[in-house]
Amino acid sequence: MKSYRTHLMLCAGTGCVSNGSYRIKAALERELVKHSLQDEIAVVMTGCNGFCAQGPVMTVLPDGIFYQLLTEQDIPHLVEEHILKGRPVQRLMYTPPAEKSPVPKMSDIGFFQKQRLIALRNRGLIDPEKIEEYIGRGGYQALAKALTSMSREEIIQEMKASGLRGRGGAGFPTGLKWELTAKQPGQEKFIVCNGDEGDPGAFMDRSIVESDPHSVLEGMLIGAKAIGASHGFVYIRQEYPLALERLNLALGQARDYGLLGTDILGTGFNFDISIHRGAGAFVCGEETSLIGSLEGRPPEPRIRPPFPAESGVWGKPTCINNVETWATVPEIIDRGAAWFSKIGTETSKGTKVFSLVGKVKNTGLVEVPMGITLREMVYDIGGGIPGDREFKAVQTGGPSGGCIPASLLDLPIDYERLTEAGSIMGSGGMIVLDEDTCMVDVARYFLDFLRDESCGKCTACREGVDVMYQIVSDICAGKGKEEHLPLLEELGQAVKDGSMCALGGTAPNPLMSTLRYFREEYEAHIREHRCPAGVCKALITYRIDPAKCKACLVCNKNCPAEAISGEKKKPQKIDPEKCVKCGVCRDMCKFEAVTVQ
Amino acid sequence: MSLREGAGHAKVTVHMGTCGIAAGARKIMSALIRCMDDPAVMDVIVTTSGCAGLCSREPMMTVEIAGKAPVKYADLTEDKVKRIFAEHVLQGKIVADCALAIGSEQTL
Repeated sequence: MKSYRTHLMLCAGTGCVSNGSYRIKAALERELVKHSLQDEIAVVMTGCNGFCAQGPVMTVLPDGIFYQLLTEQDIPHLVEEHILKGRPVQRLMYTPPAEKSPVPKMSDIGFFQKQRLIALRNRGLIDPEKIEEYIGRGGYQALAKALTSMSREEIIQEMKASGLRGRGGAGFPTGLKWELTAKQPGQEKFIVCNGDEGDPGAFMDRSIVESDPHSVLEGMLIGAKAIGASHGFVYIRQEYPLALERLNLALGQARDYGLLGTDILGTGFNFDISIHRGAGAFVCGEETSLIGSLEGRPPEPRIRPPFPAESGVWGKPTCINNVETWATVPEIIDRGAAWFSKIGTETSKGTKVFSLVGKVKNTGLVEVPMGITLREMVYDIGGGIPGDREFKAVQTGGPSGGCIPASLLDLPIDYERLTEAGSIMGSGGMIVLDEDTCMVDVARYFLDFLRDESCGKCTACREGVDVMYQIVSDICAGKGKEEHLPLLEELGQAVKDGSMCALGGTAPNPLMSTLRYFREEYEAHIREHRCPAGVCKALITYRIDPAKCKACLVCNKNCPAEAISGEKKKPQKIDPEKCVKCGVCRDMCKFEAVTVQ
Repeated sequence: MSLREGAGHAKVTVHMGTCGIAAGARKIMSALIRCMDDPAVMDVIVTTSGCAGLCSREPMMTVEIAGKAPVKYADLTEDKVKRIFAEHVLQGKIVADCALAIGSEQTL
């Protein structure tokens, strides 16, 4: 069965035919072939649309855009602009006489304009609790194709050709991972969906499972056929109640429809999936720890090799992929590797889902083609920084990632470029930081997170991260010493070298990248006992500028420490002994009279 | 969940991902259900979906009148829902000051 991205519903009622709609059809088909779009776009001749006076008329679905009074000359422009570039041609659209639509199109809104949805193809469109709606949008079509008309080798070949790389963070080629697992001897093999999303500020996996659970199941089914697995596990966090609920529903529905279980689609293929709930340890995102947790052991990483592809869950060959990777698989099988590999950059194909959070106007979940620049992410999609603040950095890749400064805003996002910049792609967390963020404090935050989450198996990670945290905390407290910076760099390298898994191997990244790009902030803390961003409490004092104070007493009434005093109609004063540096006075002052030094 | 399944002249989708629910999507859903009851509206489908992506503008919902492009509404309150239901769902007039955008996203 063939599916199309867009349908052009061209009217072939008598009125439109006499106005030349068949000539329009021929012109459309010519242009589609010219742009090699004939397999993606279908031209459908419909019955009378009723609006004969404006004929020939055409509706573009699913965009729902209505074109009128078409002529052959309009078609090349229309196909190129709307169908190829996704920009509807205003001039050919119907505008109701009196009423002009003041509501913008989705494609006019910066947040949506640059996105291209593959893994999130059904987001906001279907009811995630109904398998029928997933099927109605072409769901399980790829599974049918994989089970009935493709061999295991062909599926793996397709995945390899697509260039899809693991979306969990490491970016290992998915097709290769499948091939390695498929080649292993043994009857029993497993596949695992890694939904242990632990990065602060990241919610890609949760959102995919919540809005489209069947896409993950379908991807796993295709992977199971390719690898020869008979059972799959979804490892997902207990903290994701809605995702869990919807996943459970989806599993039940898939079983009822015969898409899970025995003899799936009458092809003799057997596969089922069970859910394993994780209790929320960050290290479980690491695959060997995850396997430990699945087996009921403590989640501690182990030496690789053997890789899970050789010896995974209960010593059987196991293929572990991230939620987003699995959700992308059906579209690659359905539309082909050639289609997928056209999107993205040389080394990173396709699209990536990011959770864009922090100091940006539009926060949310975005899916963009690889190779988009950080500037486009922050300013076009994110809408810029709220409150006219200056952009300072983007933190990518969570606690394993780093901070990328403003000078690298034009960096195209792909696996290699982010690594070169001292960060990582990671699972797709993207935290925007503005001028009010202290980079030393950011490093301290992530080190604090990691010292809690280190499993403790490797000494370098367990002790090293903790010592780094203590030193950075000292710097924040104004107790930093000149020799701390080289010591931190040495420690960072030691933790990197001495840790078995990626948690320790990347734990120094937030610290090292801030040291690399924002060294002057560390130096200001150490040498001048000054926090340039005004965050580190030990190094700042709040003051009221008597020239700006209008004696409205708002600060005085709202100070939780009763540190502000002063007579009515006279400038107020802060008692530094009592002040707890909470910043309430600064937030409340309408006259910007409260300053931080 | 879904009320009044089958064919209808309009479909209203409330975006109920975790972000939407945290921003008050359940209240929006309840307000919508109240709108459907009094007076009883029979040809409107109310359904749910996941996150629409723009979490900072939740709660959101999408109104689709049969044969027309969908319209997304953002930053909803119960009062806005009442207005949108009365003006857009029942009478087909887009409530421009609450609407975020018209049309669909680029998929695939």
